[in-house]
Amino acid sequence: MTNNLLFDFTVDKAAKTVFVTREFDADQSLVWDAFTKAEILDQWVAPKPFVAKTKFMDFKVGGRRFYAMVTPEGQERWSIQKYTSISPKTNFKMFSAFADKDENPELPGSEWDYTFSEKDGPDGHRVTTVSITIYNESLARMERMIEMGFTEGFKMLMNNLENLLASRKESGLSPK
Amino acid sequence: METRRDVFQAIADPTRRAILLLIAAQSMTPNAIAEEFHSSRQAVSKHIQILTECELVKHEKKGREIYYHINANKINEIDKWIEQFKNILETQFNQLDNVLLTLKKQKK
Repeated sequence: MTNNLLFDFTVDKAAKTVFVTREFDADQSLVWDAFTKAEILDQWVAPKPFVAKTKFMDFKVGGRRFYAMVTPEGQERWSIQKYTSISPKTNFKMFSAFADKDENPELPGSEWDYTFSEKDGPDGHRVTTVSITIYNESLARMERMIEMGFTEGFKMLMNNLENLLASRKESGLSPK
Repeated sequence: METRRDVFQAIADPTRRAILLLIAAQSMTPNAIAEEFHSSRQAVSKHIQILTECELVKHEKKGREIYYHINANKINEIDKWIEQFKNILETQFNQLDNVLLTLKKQKK
């Protein structure tokens, strides 16, 4: 990976929990927006060639987001998320489950806990660290997360990643 | 040939995960495994059967006893799949990097 930003991923299989930490080269309020505003989420959560489409998002405690991953063939795979806790700019928690087109969740789901913090980067930019804890009621459910949205597009997805990295290099963003 | 169960179905059950943990340390006979659980011998034997069907455990005959042990290769399959999940997150975050860059430019 030609990226100098931290990406840490660990799995505790016994606790059915995944821990992810990632740094972003932007200040905390911008990164917070990217995770909590539908119009920005839709720009990055779907690995291409999939497209994300948020039907509604009510970002408040008890509010829900209903969205679909749309395949290149136009097939929609719905998910529903419910926000269980929000501390503006620093933390939010949600319950996420696959759903049918009528917003009925298919249980079991998973619990996501996002924590945001900011520090000075090496070049004077602000760097935001996002720590995510993903608890799955069943590992089988985690497998479906892959199956539902992604395996079929996995090869294309890897190509996308390469293109993305290449375009970063061209724009002079890659680390020395 | 009947359709085999997949490994994820197998490890989705807490008793089966406990069995895997038990025999990861040492190979055991079905009776010895059953003694560790409150459930009936038949129930435990059904769990072992499922684990065997999806090749997470293997058995070996020693004299008159059958011993079950873990199939390390199959356990690796789970790791491979976790790796895929990691790759998806990585891809998402790389896409987010680009989005953030665009947003920062717009602000200027």
